[in-house]
Amino acid sequence: MTDFAELTEAEIASGRRLRAKKRAVNIAIDIFLTLFSIAMLLPLVFLIANAFKTPAEMLAWPPTIVPHDPTLENFRAVLGETPLLRWILNSVMFAVMSSIAIIATSSIAGYIFAKFHYRSLNIIFALFLATAIVPFEVYMIPLYFQVKSLGLLNSVWGLLIGYLVMSFGIFLIRQNVIHSIPDELLEAARLDGASEFWIFVHIVFPLLRGALGALGVLAFFQAWTAFAWPMIVATTRSSYTIEVGLALFQTGYTVDLGKLSAASATVLIPSVITFMILRRNFVQGVASTGMKE
Amino acid sequence: MLKRKRWIFAILALLPTLAIFAYVRMYPIVDILRLSVHRWNILSKNKPFIGLENFRELMGDHLFLSALMNTTIIAFGVLAITIPLAMVIAALIFHRTRTRMSGFYETSVFIPHIVSLVPAAMAWKWIFDARLGPLNAFLSVFGIEPQAWLFDPVLSVICVIVLCSWQALGYAVLIYLVGFKNLPVSLYEAAKLDGASGPTSFWHLSIPMLKPITLYVSVVTLVSGFNVYAQPFVLASDSQGAPGRQVRVLVLDMLENSFRNYRVGYAASEAVVLLVIVLVLTLIQFTLLREKGKA
Repeated sequence: MTDFAELTEAEIASGRRLRAKKRAVNIAIDIFLTLFSIAMLLPLVFLIANAFKTPAEMLAWPPTIVPHDPTLENFRAVLGETPLLRWILNSVMFAVMSSIAIIATSSIAGYIFAKFHYRSLNIIFALFLATAIVPFEVYMIPLYFQVKSLGLLNSVWGLLIGYLVMSFGIFLIRQNVIHSIPDELLEAARLDGASEFWIFVHIVFPLLRGALGALGVLAFFQAWTAFAWPMIVATTRSSYTIEVGLALFQTGYTVDLGKLSAASATVLIPSVITFMILRRNFVQGVASTGMKE
Repeated sequence: MLKRKRWIFAILALLPTLAIFAYVRMYPIVDILRLSVHRWNILSKNKPFIGLENFRELMGDHLFLSALMNTTIIAFGVLAITIPLAMVIAALIFHRTRTRMSGFYETSVFIPHIVSLVPAAMAWKWIFDARLGPLNAFLSVFGIEPQAWLFDPVLSVICVIVLCSWQALGYAVLIYLVGFKNLPVSLYEAAKLDGASGPTSFWHLSIPMLKPITLYVSVVTLVSGFNVYAQPFVLASDSQGAPGRQVRVLVLDMLENSFRNYRVGYAASEAVVLLVIVLVLTLIQFTLLREKGKA
């Protein structure tokens, strides 16, 4: 260790210069990242601003971020012309039911695959994983005909059929069980005479709360942003999800930008707020997809 | 006796999930393979087996070929923008972790990834709009002529790439951040002692060590690029009510063949082509990772 008293003037000066340089680099990085972050958000900020603009202000250059003369006219017009609230309700029901189904199927299957070691189960697990590679778009046409033969077209139930299980969810829960639920705990409960079902409900399920929360948020957003599947399954105006409703609404030639922005903002604002609230869960869920390696 | 009971529980508990899985996954996947070698027009009752006839016809179908071409350009275009940008942004955010701003950076880069697709695409549609859009107005400041971004077939592909990259970036940054957090700190400290600057150690340490992550993000980005549908649908459907055709992509072509032309077998063979592309990409990822493991 160098004693401070022994440092020469020159050494102190060079240390100070180094620190000043480091601070300058940090400030430069902060400025760049701040500008970049704002640029990423700008399209959404403009969209929300446009929703409150009058037709005249919409055409103004440069575009204003805070409308001079905010109006709710666009929202009123959209709500009058479209069943926007109905579409949102359809989407919410679809997303909530899908989350519940995925949590239920993933927690049970993940637990069984993690703690019950039989060769037959290993084969089934391999099948689950192998099909995870196949994108939904590949097999949605046959699935459509299955839904059709069940008579579930144009209903939330038909939408749900496509989003009942998630291979990644099963994998995620299996990893979590392996890492956070010791065999000893389960054995102790068994020695106390607890049934397998009781153990799952009262020990395993509560211990997985964090992981299941993350999975639930992931599943919710997956259904909330689904497009191709709702587009083919829900084809009547009252059964559209919000994504499909908006996409088809914008192809109508009478629609102006203000109304479109208002309709979009109505969808965007709640989903951004939901994300902010559940951010930790969500980021955790997404981040764990990358940790497979 | 107890063992037998455990086995019965495992099977019983798994049964509902397994049944659902078989019905909504395995069956339709097998079905798509079966349909692809049959001629099935929804309107007729017969489904004759025709072998690879559908695939042979696809090779001469110019609509399919242009869809395949566009989709490939979009997938690789998004990849070329997303990977380098995500790496740099993640490195910079990682450099500033535990400062007050890092949460803001992470959140704002990630938000485009989670917002609903259609409203987000709507925002970009306004930006690209030929008459009212801020992009043309902005470019005119530099004396650049206004472009018909969403009407020119080449330019609209670029617009789709920009929109998709904007959305894909947040996911890639997040995965890279996880990667940076798992890198050994000691190596960077050693490099620093040897006088390596930040950019130098990024180039010589981070990029090579993050290779498995880069591979993973690349495959995920490419696969979702090949499945692209909503973005071109919203961007390239013109205001006159015609569904988007300027940017023809595989999923659109498949759905049109199935639901507009009622040629389900033919559409199924397109789905199989999509499946083969995805399988090849995944196989490449596994092979490269295994090679790395051996080295």
